[in-house]
Amino acid sequence: MEIDPFIFRLSIFILSIFVGYYVVWSVTPSLHTPLMSVTNAISSVIIVGAIVAALAGNNDKIFATANTFGYLAIILAAVNIFGGFLVTHRMLAMYKKKKKDK
Amino acid sequence: MSANLLAIFYLISGVLFILALRGLSSPETSRRGNLFGIIGMAIAIGVTIVSIGNFSTGFVFLLIFMLVGGSIGAFIAFKIPMTAMPELVAGFHSLVGLAAVFVAISAFLNPDVFNLGSPGNIKIASLIEMSLGAAIGAITFTGSIIAFLKLRGLMSGSPITFIGQHFINLALGIILIGLVFYLCSTQQQYLFWSLIAISLIVGILLIIPIGGADMPVVISMLNSYSGWAAAGIGFTLENSALIITGALVGSSGAILSYIMCKGMNRSFFNVILGGWGANEEQSKSVSKEQKPVKSGNADDAAFLMKNASSVIIVPGYGMAVAQAQHALREMVDSLKKNGVKVSYAIHPVAGRMPGHMNVLLAEANVPYDEVFELEDINNDFANCDVAYVIGANDVTNPVAKTDPQSPIYGMPILDVEKSKSVLFVKRSLSPGYAGIDNDLFYRENTLMLFADAKKMTEDITKSL
Repeated sequence: MEIDPFIFRLSIFILSIFVGYYVVWSVTPSLHTPLMSVTNAISSVIIVGAIVAALAGNNDKIFATANTFGYLAIILAAVNIFGGFLVTHRMLAMYKKKKKDK
Repeated sequence: MSANLLAIFYLISGVLFILALRGLSSPETSRRGNLFGIIGMAIAIGVTIVSIGNFSTGFVFLLIFMLVGGSIGAFIAFKIPMTAMPELVAGFHSLVGLAAVFVAISAFLNPDVFNLGSPGNIKIASLIEMSLGAAIGAITFTGSIIAFLKLRGLMSGSPITFIGQHFINLALGIILIGLVFYLCSTQQQYLFWSLIAISLIVGILLIIPIGGADMPVVISMLNSYSGWAAAGIGFTLENSALIITGALVGSSGAILSYIMCKGMNRSFFNVILGGWGANEEQSKSVSKEQKPVKSGNADDAAFLMKNASSVIIVPGYGMAVAQAQHALREMVDSLKKNGVKVSYAIHPVAGRMPGHMNVLLAEANVPYDEVFELEDINNDFANCDVAYVIGANDVTNPVAKTDPQSPIYGMPILDVEKSKSVLFVKRSLSPGYAGIDNDLFYRENTLMLFADAKKMTEDITKSL
């Protein structure tokens, strides 16, 4: 008997939901805004799908309809990746501790 | 590169993303966490490009497009003021949603590239997965745009409701399920396009009935949706990095929505079905009778605070609107010079997104160990001399504890009224978002400071 690969992906998915659940509960409330911007950045890993869509297939027609949608998705995801990580970095850099003896 | 090696790299990216979120458990580890996230992303993008191995003209275009998108993103990230963070996040969510739609369309039009079958003969499981990804992505896209417009003030923040709204949403939902079913049995292209079109409409209809102050829930919810959309695409593309990330982001957004709903003592469905404040006309008119209010000026406030031994500051959305965070920190600096102990109290739903106030205070160089969450500081109000409420309103209303008739009854509030005196900076006596009068205004120990939050804070600093 062979297990459908879908079941493995489903297992990864379900386990990741649990990992996410416990990891996010441990995030301190004061960092909830950076949490949103960084989750937004990492969900743009959808760019890997966009890259496949854009590059794969026929080489003679670079902007066939399917590929064009891939390229468009690349632009959108790139905005998010750079924007998301940089704005998170900018926010996190502002969180400072009290200076000693003040 | 073999498919197995590729899958292992994607797994590594996924683990790095988990570490990125894990880092946010404290400000010290958070910066390293962000770095993990960036490395994970670089690995995922790098191995994908290498695995395709197509370095022709298309690759050049890919680099150009990534550079264009990246520059736009970087430009926005550096330019955006911290007060505009909620609308920025909403805007970014819409992009994730749209990107998911585009990838799904591409996979639908050219399925052989992704090993999903051939056009007109796509595997049923893949069709369901890409339909889900496209539908959730489309809902995220238009929903986030509406949220963006509301947060930016380009669209009224008041709920838009009409008769039969819930019925229409339900009908559209059933139509969506029907479309997926027919798409699977007939593989017709137009069904896929209709699916996306209807999902776009659903996104709009879902968000318009939700009012401005419920935006923390909406943003978290859209955050969650964008994750589920990514996961749907991840299943279609059989990509574990996307599946892991989608699940992480999806559950993260769901938890934040839950925390926000709890902060308002409302159920998730109550928020989603919308229209708080839309049917509160009666309670507004009842409480219109005149009650005596004590009001003061900056000198009175300065005098009170200078002679206090401890002061708690309660910031709210009004502080963000007035951009008063820097002025506030200067006032606190002068207070500290006078030997006053100062701390900040943050309600979970203060502001327009989770953690909004914390970011603004951090921007103004307020050390994060002086900023406390509701449950950590609420007992301290009883021992504090002055509570300085700046831009918050409903979250301090004692009615939430005393009046079972009130719409905000049961909502956890900051026990501001227990402090010896309360300074309440506000422009007028108008009720807050919930449309109810704040009992606190008329208390013996409350001194109203009628002014713009920033101006008043600066004036107090001058008289200190």
